[in-house]
Parts: sequence; C-alpha cells; structure tokens
Amino acid sequence: MTNASDQPPAGRTYHLAVVSGGTSDPSSTRLLADRTADRVAALARERGNTVLITTISLRELAPEIGTAITSQLLGPKMTDAVEALGRADGLIVSTPVYKAGPSGLFTSFFQSLDNDLLIAKPVILAATAGTARHALVVDDQLRSQFAYLRTLSVPTSLFAASEDWSSDELTKRIDRAATELVLLIEAELATKIKEASWHRYQHSYGSAGGAETEIDLDTDLMRLATGGSAPPKPPTG
Amino acid sequence: MQFGIFSVSDITRDPVSGVTPSEAERIDAVIRIAQKAEEVGLDVFAIGEHHNPPFFSSSPTTLLAAIAATTKRLIVTTATTLITTNDPVRIAEEYAMLQHVSDGRMDLMIGRGNTAPVYPWFGADIRQGLPLALENYNLLHRLWREDVVDWEGQYRTALQGFTSTPRPLDDVPPFVWHGSIRTPEIAEQAAFYGNGFFANHIFWPTSHSLRLINFYRQRFEHYGHGTKKQAIVGLGGQAYIARKSQDAYAEFRPYFDEAPVYGHGPSLEDFSQMTPLTVGSPQEVIEKTLTFHDTFGDYQRQLFLMDHAGLPLKTVLNQLDLLGEEVIPVLRKELESRKDPESADAPTHEGLVKAKYGDQPARQPRPNANRGDNVTGASPYQDSDDVQVTYPSIV
Repeated sequence: MTNASDQPPAGRTYHLAVVSGGTSDPSSTRLLADRTADRVAALARERGNTVLITTISLRELAPEIGTAITSQLLGPKMTDAVEALGRADGLIVSTPVYKAGPSGLFTSFFQSLDNDLLIAKPVILAATAGTARHALVVDDQLRSQFAYLRTLSVPTSLFAASEDWSSDELTKRIDRAATELVLLIEAELATKIKEASWHRYQHSYGSAGGAETEIDLDTDLMRLATGGSAPPKPPTG
Repeated sequence: MQFGIFSVSDITRDPVSGVTPSEAERIDAVIRIAQKAEEVGLDVFAIGEHHNPPFFSSSPTTLLAAIAATTKRLIVTTATTLITTNDPVRIAEEYAMLQHVSDGRMDLMIGRGNTAPVYPWFGADIRQGLPLALENYNLLHRLWREDVVDWEGQYRTALQGFTSTPRPLDDVPPFVWHGSIRTPEIAEQAAFYGNGFFANHIFWPTSHSLRLINFYRQRFEHYGHGTKKQAIVGLGGQAYIARKSQDAYAEFRPYFDEAPVYGHGPSLEDFSQMTPLTVGSPQEVIEKTLTFHDTFGDYQRQLFLMDHAGLPLKTVLNQLDLLGEEVIPVLRKELESRKDPESADAPTHEGLVKAKYGDQPARQPRPNANRGDNVTGASPYQDSDDVQVTYPSIV
C-alpha cells in the first residue's frame, strides 16, 4: 500500500465544469474563468493527467434559467448543464459583481439545481468587478452559497477588479487556486465521500440531476405505506 | 382503456376577452363540459379539489353527484381528493354515498395537495403531509372493507366500533387511484393495496413519470396482485386541437402565455417539445398520445386537461367535439390492436363486482335496529354472521 500523497494518480482523465456568469463578449468574468481553467488543465497535464473542460456560459442559458426558477422545468441547455455538473470532478464558477453581490443570473442558476448535485465537489470561487471595493463578495457571499450546496470550495478565492488584470499578483493567485483544485480533484474526495456517506445527505427521488433513483424500502414511511398508523411523534421542546 | 378529461376547477380571466367568469357561470360550464364529455363518447370526467379562490371545487362529491344524475355512462372521479386535509372518515362516507347515487359510475384519485396554507385551515401541517396521507389512506381502506372498525393513529381521533355508512355499493369499495409525481412512498402504497397509480404527466418530461410507474409496477407484482403488466396505470396529458396545426398554436397561445401555472415561463413551443402537451391537428394529438403507449406500455386511463387557463366554454365544447370525434376513436382502435392480452382492463364497478362475486349475487348490507352503538353486541348488519367484534379494554 503506497501513500497517496507521495504517489498522485497519473494517467487519469478528469472532467472540469466551468460556469461563467459573464454577459458581455468578451467578458472579463469569462476571461478569469478561462485563464483559471487553462491553468488547471496545464497543472494536471504536468502531473500526467488529462482535464476535459466543459464551459457553461450562463448568458446562453438565461431564458431557461428563468423557466427553471419559475416552473421547475429544465430546458435542453439546462439539462446539458446539469449533466455536465453532475459528471464534473471539479468546478470553476465565476460571476460578475452587480450591486454588491453575485449576479442574479448566476445566483438563480445555482438556486435552480438540486441540493445534492454538487456534494463534495471541489470548486474555485471567482468574481470580477469594476473596483476593488467588491473584493469580499466572493468570501462573504459565494462561499456561503456554495457551503449550502456542500461543495469543497478551495482555500484561495479569486477576485479581479479592473486594476488586477495588469498585475502578476492575479496570475499568482490563479496559479495557487488552480493548484489547490488539482490536488483536491486528484484526491477524488467527492467520489470517496459519496461512496462512504451519500445516503446521509438529504435527497429526494430523482434528485442529483435525476441520478438519485434508489428507493429505500426500510423506512418508517415505507412501513406506513403498507398499512398501520404513523409512529408516535418525537417529544417536542 | 378509458379516455376522459380532468378539470382543475380554476376560474381564470379569459386573456382574450378580458372577462373573468363568475363562480356560478364556471360551475354551470363545468357541468356542461362533463355532460358534453359523455355526449362525444368519452368515458371519464374528473374534478380537482381546492379550498381557495380562484378555484370552486371545494366539494367534489356534490358536483359529481349532479353530473352523474344527468349522465348515463360517464364515470365521475377526482383529480385529486385531498387525503391529507380531509378526514378519511368523511371521505369514506361521502364517496360511498356518491357510489350509491351514481350506481357505481365513480371512483376517486387521492393526492396530498401542495397548497401550504390549506393545511392549517383544516388543522393539519404540510410538513407532516406524507405520513398524514399514508396513514389516512390506511384508515380509509379499512373503513370501506370492515363493517366495524377499531383504529388508533397519529393524526386523527381514535375510533372504537365505528361503522362508515352507507356501506359501499354491493359491498365493493370504490376503486382508488393514488396520484403522485415523485413520491416513491405513494407508489408503494398503491402497489401494496393493488390500487391504481396515476401520474399527472403535465409539467414534466415523460421520463420523470416513467421511473415511478416502473417502480409501482414492480411492487404491484411483488405484493402478488398480478404481473407488472396487470398493474393499473393512469396518465394525465393536455391538448389543444384545431384542424390546422398553426391555428391551434395561434388560438391557444394567449391562454398558454397567461396560464396560472406555466404562464410567463417557457414558450409554447418549448413546453410542447419538453412535456406531454400537444398543440396541433387531431392527427398530431393522436401521434403524440401514442408515444405515451410507446413509453409506458398498456395503461388503463388517459385524462386530458382541456378547460383551464380561462378558455371560454364554447371553445372547450368545440375542443371536446374534435377530441371525441377525431382523436379518441382512432386512439381506441390503435391501442386495442396493440394491447397485450395479459394487461388489465380499466377498472369499473361491474368489473370489481364480478371479480369479488363471480356469478353469485352481491352482498346487500341490511342494518339491524338502532341500538345506540356498534361496540356492544354483534355486527350492526343482519347478514354478516362471523364478524369479529373487538371490545375496548379497560385499563
């Protein structure tokens, strides 16, 4: 048995999903996401692994995100996006800051996903803004939203204001975040956590993007479905 | 195979004329729609249950009794009867009464109801909705099958020596469908009792309904009610029909765009693509409905939603003419030719009587004279010799 940290897995192929909430073309939000994705792919390659990147540009999904939020109906592009996220071994999510928060489109997209779709997946959180005054949006707002989704957000957050684009500090932070993501992806924690305790998270039938179809017959509710009366309520207070 | 229509009972502003019908107008219209359903050769009319405006159907059995009284063949039913906020004892009594006055031309579909404020109005809690539904049905099931019921549960006052009257017609309980979109426990309960399972099949792609229906079929077989193919499945659907496809789109679009449930959301084209909704010519409705059979195999009941979103009565009646004259006859013929001889027939009172009694006469319960309770003495009915009566114990 070898120590996993000495012997990183090699020859593996990993799926990386990149979600960009940028709306202009070209978009600095998309640029930040792409630069980070390229860095992740390059680092993985240096370590003998391959990263396949799927980019989800939320601008193209805007009408379907509206539909998903209002009627829970997933259009064809949303369906593809959910499939890509479900398959992903790691994520990069990037949003512009509007009115001191992540964009509504970005927030709505993640709010329309099943709660258990992204459990334990490593994620780089990233945001762009016109000024450095919005720098804490990533740590204050994105980090808590993704904590709810039970992701493993990497320690380094990415934020780029206008002045950062000419700074090599941003490049260093991208490099740091990318390294963190690659190591977390290679650790395959998401898979291990799922294997060890998937059933301990809340699911509903057909959740996790349709993957959750296991039905547990050994529950109080299932016993109630087959006759009798409900078990006594637990004491309140 | 039974074909029919189901109505939500919404009273919605007609977005074209700008007029909102009065409650009186809409209730009268729904009765005429149900009568029309029989006239054009449909088999089933179903009404929803709601307890808040803009819906009128708080009291389905009263409406359905009126419809049954003015029709001859039509089966009247619900979509759905709320098994959570109604007392199962009242469901047992009211629907048995409907069964008698309709001469067996009825059944019912039970569902949980998803309007949160309705629960507290009736002393219930939506967070307990699922166990409440399961327990309530367990009681309802017994009330229709046992003359005297002792029962204790979590959500309702206990019963000692209770008899639900009238006893079901011919002592054969009304057929029950369990309606659910994504709750395996409801499918399990339907399978356990050998009841029907109905997938609303309106808002989501067909694949969503298929998973749960397949589970229900497996469990139906597991509990020994027959093979998977003999399980009893119903499906919803909706259609807007015109002779020419582009007319159907043009006529239906303003109603779709402002429909209470999906209005201002997906486009009519996307919704037709992604869900079972068919907008088009009779031939297109036939073709799409046959794809349901491709997916689910033989099933016993197909209901269409035809009268919602403010569509005026005249339009709905025209729709029913097209459905009854041009769509259903073709579907009947086609599905009959595809039917596996093993699969179940659609449930009817006559079928259930035959299954229970064969050629023997059905039981006709005659009560004994009033003695004030069912707890002391023997059965409250003259003909049931061997009924075991349980006495309450004094602790």
